[in-house]
Amino acid sequence: MRVPASWLGEYVGLPEDVSAEHLHAALVRVGFEEEEVIATGISGPVVVGRVLSLEPEPQSNGKTINWCSVDVGPSTGPGHARDIRGIVCGAHNFGVGDKVVVTLPGAVLPGPFPIAARTTYGHVSDGMIASARELGLGEDHAGILRLAEIGLGDAPVGADAIALLGLDDFAVDVNVTPDRGYALSIRGLAREYALSTGAEFRDPAVSLADALEALPEPAGFPVTVADDAPIRGNAGCHGFVARVVRGIDPTRPTPAWMISRLKLAGIRSISLPVDITNYVMIELGQPLHGYDLGTLAGGITVRRARAGETLETLDGVVRALDPEDLVITDDSGPIGLAGVMGGAATEITAVTTDVLIEAAGFDRVSIARTARRHKLPSEASRRFERGVDPAVAAVAAARAAELLVGLAGGTIDELGAVFADVAPTPSILLRDGRAASLIGVDYTADEVRGAIEAIGASVEAVDGGLAVTPPSWRPDLVDDASLVEEVARITGYDRIGSVLPVAPPGRGLTRAQLLRRQVAASLAAAGLTEVLTDPFATDAQAQLFADPAGATVPTVVIANPLDATAANIRTSLVPGLIATAHRNLARGLGDLALFEVGSVARPEAGAEYGVAGALPDAMSRPSGDELAALFASVPPQPRLVSALFVGDTVPRQPGLAAVPAGIADALDAARVVAASVGLELRVEKAAHHALHPGRSAALFAGARRVGYAGELLPAIALEANLPRVVGVLELDLDQVIAAAPELVAASPISGYPAATQDLSLVVTDATAAAGVAAAVAEGAGALLESIRLVDAYRGQGVPEGSVSLTFALRFRADDRTLTAEEATAAKLAGVAVATERTGAAIRD
Amino acid sequence: MSEPTPITPEGVEQAVSEALAAVAEAATVSELKQARSAHAGEGSPLARFNQGLRSVPNDQKAALGKLVGQARGRVNAAIADREAELAVAEEAARLAAEALDVTAVPSRARVGSRHPLSILMERMGDIFIGMGWEIGEGPEVENEWFNFDALNMDADHPARSDQDTFYLAPEERHLLLRTQTSPVQIRSLLGRELPVYVVSPGKTFRKDELDATHLPVFHQIEGIAIDRGLTMAHLRGTLEHLARAMFGAGAQIRLRPNYFPFTEPSAEMDVWQPNAKGGARWVEWGGCGMVNPNVLRAAGVDPDEYQGFAFGLGIERTLQFRNDLNDMRDFAEGDIRFSQQFGMVI
Repeated sequence: MRVPASWLGEYVGLPEDVSAEHLHAALVRVGFEEEEVIATGISGPVVVGRVLSLEPEPQSNGKTINWCSVDVGPSTGPGHARDIRGIVCGAHNFGVGDKVVVTLPGAVLPGPFPIAARTTYGHVSDGMIASARELGLGEDHAGILRLAEIGLGDAPVGADAIALLGLDDFAVDVNVTPDRGYALSIRGLAREYALSTGAEFRDPAVSLADALEALPEPAGFPVTVADDAPIRGNAGCHGFVARVVRGIDPTRPTPAWMISRLKLAGIRSISLPVDITNYVMIELGQPLHGYDLGTLAGGITVRRARAGETLETLDGVVRALDPEDLVITDDSGPIGLAGVMGGAATEITAVTTDVLIEAAGFDRVSIARTARRHKLPSEASRRFERGVDPAVAAVAAARAAELLVGLAGGTIDELGAVFADVAPTPSILLRDGRAASLIGVDYTADEVRGAIEAIGASVEAVDGGLAVTPPSWRPDLVDDASLVEEVARITGYDRIGSVLPVAPPGRGLTRAQLLRRQVAASLAAAGLTEVLTDPFATDAQAQLFADPAGATVPTVVIANPLDATAANIRTSLVPGLIATAHRNLARGLGDLALFEVGSVARPEAGAEYGVAGALPDAMSRPSGDELAALFASVPPQPRLVSALFVGDTVPRQPGLAAVPAGIADALDAARVVAASVGLELRVEKAAHHALHPGRSAALFAGARRVGYAGELLPAIALEANLPRVVGVLELDLDQVIAAAPELVAASPISGYPAATQDLSLVVTDATAAAGVAAAVAEGAGALLESIRLVDAYRGQGVPEGSVSLTFALRFRADDRTLTAEEATAAKLAGVAVATERTGAAIRD
Repeated sequence: MSEPTPITPEGVEQAVSEALAAVAEAATVSELKQARSAHAGEGSPLARFNQGLRSVPNDQKAALGKLVGQARGRVNAAIADREAELAVAEEAARLAAEALDVTAVPSRARVGSRHPLSILMERMGDIFIGMGWEIGEGPEVENEWFNFDALNMDADHPARSDQDTFYLAPEERHLLLRTQTSPVQIRSLLGRELPVYVVSPGKTFRKDELDATHLPVFHQIEGIAIDRGLTMAHLRGTLEHLARAMFGAGAQIRLRPNYFPFTEPSAEMDVWQPNAKGGARWVEWGGCGMVNPNVLRAAGVDPDEYQGFAFGLGIERTLQFRNDLNDMRDFAEGDIRFSQQFGMVI
């Protein structure tokens, strides 16, 4: 809400030297956040001048300029009684004797456009004769502004035109929260300024109400409200005032002060009647609409639109109306979208002489829905959505009629009004001590009562507290908490102290939270960089990694996505990592080890999520069944940890060849994840439709498959503009953590010497080394402390299609020094099992 | 076997001096080995003198034995000394040969990093853990009831429109991407014993196009404390504690009246950032207030018995003004240089 200072000052006492900083500070204190400052952008000297002479001078460029001498007031210099300036002017809509606005050298016009004496068309032009547009008072660029045209023909020559035109003003913009519709007005903010500073507030609605009494009330203008489909039980229109003014002079201009104030308030001048309705709306917060009475057919009825009805609104758009839209109609059908925008057919034009002013009260929800449905937020709908003081409609209509008569002539004629029976606002009990116990400030009873009265509420002392009836403009005051907020606000939030509450002893991070942190920290320590990727996925991205066999899986789909091609919630983090890798590669960063910890959505096939029908009422705790349904309504969203590797793991360096990234990095990262939760993952060769068929592994925690590691199918990597080899890992972190032991099974460490032996076994190429090692370990029994694959040899001495695997074995006993014979016996027992399971033979 | 050389002091002395000269001349371990074999080994003059002791008359045995023994001792000591000297020299030469340019030793371990938003969320969580609070979690795909209804957001509240909120298809089944982490507050109130002191950091979604100041996916931390007798002063005290932990001992909190459906009274909180680049300043940090009684009712908490406060603030925004970052896109694009400039700390 933009508040011109001069306007505010009409209803509340402002300091002489009021500044934007002062206004902002005062309004921020009572909860109106500071936005910008708007200035007219004009500074002097800008004066009233009279054209003394005017000589047309045709120019070689085809234009004719006027060389004028202009009296700009009494001279301050010696020898002359008057200050006469020679000024070149290109406009022709004025003549000798006209009073005009002269901007003298040193003045600045909006732009900023500094004025200086300058030589042009062979003359020194000692200033400029200004147009309305140059002064920021309108769009009219055709000619200069003649003061007589705007009713200022009597202004004395030499007078300060900035003050005369209302341009010595500024506005502050403040953010009005949606609960305070009343503050979208000068009236509301003047009250708030008074609450903040203690200045005297003069309510314009009160002084106008007196004037209202004196207005004539001839035969009533017919108005009917017939809402047959109230929304959420609330009638669409709870009050409608129609006020007729006949015989206005449609050619009268809007006074400069009104244009200037409207402009500062952010509203463009259109025509005098329209400007007046806007002016009163800004002043009192009551949106008004003016109709050309001559175009109306019969009386006015407010009702819901009927299916199939259309309306051409003021912006020239023909709109199909929804049966939920509230409309203003006459005998011809809809003539306005109630509270949102008027219709084109009944618009006030340059020949309108009889005007009907509408000041109505509309339901907040109804207006909000219509404005949203038609994507038509307007100054009017913005106010109705937030609540308009229902008591101000008649006052506002009267104020507009009075301004019309005063500025455009005419006479006030019929009044039509309908008001719904509104139940009196119930009073709210504000218990003694309630404000202190909620805010933590020891307010006195006088402070509480004083604050509540200051906001305009009526207060009655009752047993145990105050019975508070909120003022008509405060629909937001609905319970004692909202009244306490007013007490805190009016007495100042800066009185609230600072006390650290003592929570009961906490249990720290949960085990899962701790382990998730540990996983992320370990991966970072292992050289991976954490990134956060886009959770939205295309259909292809959502399917690529969801199922190892490539079966189509159900996904969670956004109904109103930002990008219609990426409407799925991700099922895997890998597509996001691929996109992120590509972005880094495009920026010249080629060696990447990325990871992300994040959740995905994995709806189960055939399951339907969400809840059908209406949600439980939120005014009390839902029943156990309702809660169970709510909790079960969201799809499974497991947390995954995923990693991607591209380029070199170890770059080429002096004395060291590069180590290219690939499946090894993915498996290493899996081991890091497992180690950081105290788990060992089993690696098994397993196919995955998006991975290299010879380089893909499934990862198991016990019997449970918890993820995969491998290299992307080269075609997929190349399609994503990545290098051919891309290592990837994805683990279901929730499952990994669930599988991790709660307690580490530890045993004492033997201090006896170890016996080490090597073992070479020949197996077929297709045999997994891990299976051979496991068989050896099982057969060797408890004496085998460690087995590690140190070589895999193919070639001379090993049959074609076979490989010689060399393991380093370390044996140790808990209770004695092992002999070589004991170690060998254990080794051979291991070989026996390996031979039986895998056909392994000791290499001779 | 040759005739034993007669043992004379002159002969012994000569053998010793020849041996010492040879030892001193040995420049390498292998030369020293040769010298040892020639002058102290089998067949060396001193060895022959030693053998000769067997045939000297008994009355001379002690004197000559001492003579020869001392001579051999002197030579052996010289050899040992020389051996140690040569070992030191050879080790020194080897070390010299093994010298590297330590500024260009190959690096085999990568250096990774966390994302600064993750670090910041964990850091803020830890500050609350330190006060006895716990960390609550909830789903990102959430039911509208937890995200809006239970938070006293009217059915026609503008934030519920599909201009601002991502809804899941089909819309009439009331699922959405949570627009705030506040649904976790409701889940906490429904699922935990009172009193409740919980913070919930996490990912949130709003229908904004990605640009320098807007992210459709961003992060928040929200907190709720419901107990007997909590006041707005406790809210301010909690926020001030957080601010000091985040921005130094000089940080302060300023509250300004504001409006949120889920709190009443509500406040905007500003933080005094004492060490801001360009000078200390007030910065808008988030929203807070006393939990609206309707929110407590929705969770089955009696607002006449329990009351408390809630707050919420943006993780991106906090990182922005704390670390002087301008473009929000850097948070979301995953350029490794962004995470790597932080490493493991913020």
